[in-house]
Amino acid sequence: MLAIDGSFLDFKQLDLLALRQTPVHRLDPRAKVLTTLCFIICVVSFDRYQISAMLPFLIYPAVLMAVGDLPFGYIMRKIVIVIPFALMIGLFNPIFDRQVLMQIGSLDIWGGWISCISILIRAILTASAAIILVAITGFPAICEALEKLKMPQTFAVQLLFLYRYIFVLTDEGVRTARARQLRTFGKRGLGIRHFGSLVGHLLLRTWERAERIHMAMLARGFAGEIHSTRRQSHFGRTELLFMGGWISLFILLRLYNAPQLLGGLFTGTMP
Amino acid sequence: MSHHIVHVKNLQHTYPDKTVALRDVSFLIHHGESVGIIGANGAGKSTLLLHLNGYLSATSGEIIIGDDQLSKETLPEIRRTVGMVFQDPEDQLFMPTVYDDVAFGPLNLGLSADETETRVMEALQRVGAVELRDKPPYHLSGGEKKRVAIATVLSMLPEILVLDEPTNGLDPQARRQLIALLQAFHHTRIVTSHDLDMILELCERTIVLHEGKIMADGPTLDIFNNEELLKTCRLEKPFAMQGCPVCSPDKRPLVSQPPLVPPHSSKPHDHEH
Ligand SMILES: Nc1ncnc2c1ncn2[C@@H]1O[C@H](COP(=O)(O)OP(=O)(O)O)[C@@H](O)[C@H]1O
Ligand SMILES: [Mg+2]
Repeated sequence: MLAIDGSFLDFKQLDLLALRQTPVHRLDPRAKVLTTLCFIICVVSFDRYQISAMLPFLIYPAVLMAVGDLPFGYIMRKIVIVIPFALMIGLFNPIFDRQVLMQIGSLDIWGGWISCISILIRAILTASAAIILVAITGFPAICEALEKLKMPQTFAVQLLFLYRYIFVLTDEGVRTARARQLRTFGKRGLGIRHFGSLVGHLLLRTWERAERIHMAMLARGFAGEIHSTRRQSHFGRTELLFMGGWISLFILLRLYNAPQLLGGLFTGTMP
Repeated sequence: MSHHIVHVKNLQHTYPDKTVALRDVSFLIHHGESVGIIGANGAGKSTLLLHLNGYLSATSGEIIIGDDQLSKETLPEIRRTVGMVFQDPEDQLFMPTVYDDVAFGPLNLGLSADETETRVMEALQRVGAVELRDKPPYHLSGGEKKRVAIATVLSMLPEILVLDEPTNGLDPQARRQLIALLQAFHHTRIVTSHDLDMILELCERTIVLHEGKIMADGPTLDIFNNEELLKTCRLEKPFAMQGCPVCSPDKRPLVSQPPLVPPHSSKPHDHEH
């Protein structure tokens, strides 16, 4: 559990990936942000028992990952992080929802199981889209794009800080956890009471650091606004094509269950 | 402009928890001077520095930078004039890339993208970090981080460089490199440390702080030769002045020899006989 050192929380690599120069990296961030948003809305709006119709949506992360030349294993490891959280939400479903929706042989499949799997797929799809968006755009550029898309600036700045905060928090967390691990000599730890003080300590350290960072920002004339000179991107034909293409595909896939249609095509029965 | 650039008068600071960190501190620093502020941990060095750019406000006393008394109106100008390099470079590098970090100050000053680019490249060149420009700061080594942190301040063209314990946490080679870098600057410099060897190389004048009070203010050599004073302030004579027991058994003081620190004696015992 405490092996959070190293790669598990190393989101820093994402920023490095964002420096690559591929056709998808070069797209205007706004196009990527809007397309990803549309993707997420389509996926999330599916019916709670839906599974098959969501699967074709995998094509979006797959294509971006290929064109963006992203390391498959690394991205996968990042996506896997969301699975426990999705399961935490989804696992209650089989307990409460015992309506039999289908039978495989003599096995009754409860609606709860199906909706649990559905939540899992949703989580994986949205997480992969979001992580890939960061990997091909870079978080600062995303914030900038949101700002250009008329999100209030303070909000964009907050978001940028939040991102920086995550690193600070994980850094401090890793250090505190390591110190604790060393002092407990690899035993399971000190129990919940000490865990509470560990978290308190962590929050305090994080707060102090955030304060010092703020101090350093003020010292360099920060007045609530983060300016940027780079990424003079513009929204052109390529961006329109990218957005138009993907969004129409999403809408089609959202309205028609592609696997079922294909299946119907082969067996000759239309739904 | 007056010939002195930093004027601190009867500065007192009490933290909200009633810790008295500075007691009646006064000094004057002139243009181009390089001043060391030394003192043990908790002596009040960082607290003092944080007053110089108005991050902390004095409980009583006043601070004049150049011609301006520190106040709400003069704060932006003073923050540009006083380039503050914090102790932990991690705190100073908060942008996604080195370039963004160095550009942060100039952009806040309202410079155009072109001007900013020039400033950034100049600052990076100055600290020898041009090739790092597109890297995220957390991928840098300790010494690189420190140099980039200095560049983030240089890009605002400060007149005064203020550095809080700059050699802390650096390995010997990075430390040496940093000292050489700082020696090449012609800014007015204020450096805190308990690395007295570094102060000896960088500063001709030293102010000794102890429990928030100024215990001494004078030529660095005089102060470092005053063992009594150093002892009461929980400090230790720099290695370079202690006379090395290996190569000079007669404890011949190095002090009287003009090149204070022979180039090879950055650390007490890297002898090359
Ligand atoms: N934020 C704070 N709140 C209360 N006391 C503080 C705070 N920061 C520093 N101090 C206290 O003020 C004194 C001077 O601290 P500091 O200026 O950090 O010393 P130095 O930099 O010389 O090590 C110390 O006694 C320290 O405990
Ligand atoms: Mg300090």
